[in-house]
Amino acid sequence: MSFKVVVDYDLCESNAICMQIAPEVFEVRDDDFLYLLTDTPDEEQRAKVQESVQRCPKQAISIADADGSDQ
Amino acid sequence: MKSIAVIGASLAGLRAVETLRSEGFAGELHLVGDEPHLPYDRPPLSKQVLAGDWDTDRIWLATRDKFDELDVTTHFDDAAVALDASALEVRLASGATLDVDGVVIATGARARTIGEPLAGVHTLRTLDDASAIRAAFDAKPARVVVIGAGFIGAEVTATARGLGIDVTNIEMGSAPCERAIGFEMGSVLAQVHRDHGVDLRLEVGCEAIVGDEHVESVVLTDGSTIETDLVVVGVGVIPNIEWLEGSGLTLGNGVVCDATSLAAPGVVAAGDVAEWPNAHFDETMRVEHWDNAITQATHAAKRLLHGESVGAYQPVPWFWSDQYDRKIQLAGRTTDFDSFQIVDGDIESRKFAAIYGRNDKIVAVLGFNRPRHVMRYRQLIDTKTSWADALAAEF
Repeated sequence: MSFKVVVDYDLCESNAICMQIAPEVFEVRDDDFLYLLTDTPDEEQRAKVQESVQRCPKQAISIADADGSDQ
Repeated sequence: MKSIAVIGASLAGLRAVETLRSEGFAGELHLVGDEPHLPYDRPPLSKQVLAGDWDTDRIWLATRDKFDELDVTTHFDDAAVALDASALEVRLASGATLDVDGVVIATGARARTIGEPLAGVHTLRTLDDASAIRAAFDAKPARVVVIGAGFIGAEVTATARGLGIDVTNIEMGSAPCERAIGFEMGSVLAQVHRDHGVDLRLEVGCEAIVGDEHVESVVLTDGSTIETDLVVVGVGVIPNIEWLEGSGLTLGNGVVCDATSLAAPGVVAAGDVAEWPNAHFDETMRVEHWDNAITQATHAAKRLLHGESVGAYQPVPWFWSDQYDRKIQLAGRTTDFDSFQIVDGDIESRKFAAIYGRNDKIVAVLGFNRPRHVMRYRQLIDTKTSWADALAAEF
């Protein structure tokens, strides 16, 4: 079972909380933009990505099933 | 534990409910809130909602369906009025009682007011407050007087300026947001506001708000009078703990908790209402920030279910404030700082990162449009990095 990470870049303001929680998945670079290092992280990243979803100040991150349906 | 009541249905209460379920609690779960609304996000109230950029439907944190899925019995528009901490019994305004095995207190705080209620004078804490000020802004007032230049006052000021409304912002301290970021950095913020045409008056307070049926003027402590028919008061909040008098809990600056967020056996507290000793900073604190509501509610819920093994709650607090096109972020605590250094960028460009130290360790980082640096230095604060090493760090 794998999952997809989706970022709404219209909402994202690069607060970088996600990067602090799951640096293997999220990176805010020198240009101050957020880059998804992978949009299909390993299952063991799920808890950290879920925490990023909850702690994103702009509610810009969501998790979907690998088949695309919302979780 | 067969039943738990979460008292307070805003961000912390919602996160507590979600955590209890995801941690395996399968018993009866109640969520009590004094507002008639579903849980909603407060930060947009002083920004996008106030500016009219967002419809209120964008701020809900949960839907009715969500509570059905989580099997939570909700009691909205029904404030908790009493708690018996030894019997673990909560009484609601409607007269209903919840006899439970565990309680999470997340009743937050309410806006401090000045004087008696008067038409045209607003505070900003709730959705209803934001809607009322929004309507007042729509009527194109000549000017708004904002009392207080803490984060709420500063954001309301910035939003009003963005709408082309003249603002006089008065502040008792020597700089906006001084308590949070210090005088030097607060003064940078003062200049940002003045650059945007704000009539900012520092070291002056509100002596009186004058008006019969409607506000007519504000008298300041320097003797001057400002005529206005719209006032927004942003002078801080008061933790909602009056309902806990006689409960058996210790009340101070909020609900007094131990290092793990436990207030009494079977009772935890989280968010704006909770006061607890944060060992990381050797400081007892009550944190009014969004991120803390989430992380403390998560910790408190686990504490309730799993006991002492969850350990102490000792976060590095973090918050953000959006004013004009500046994204201001602070991680850590600036209390009693003895060292300070700008470590990236410069004040003139209004794009920089600065760190604060105490007792030879880095304790806080402030960023103006420097999210990546704030995040990096926050990690140094997390690991109690020495001041010298923090100064030498390169990102």
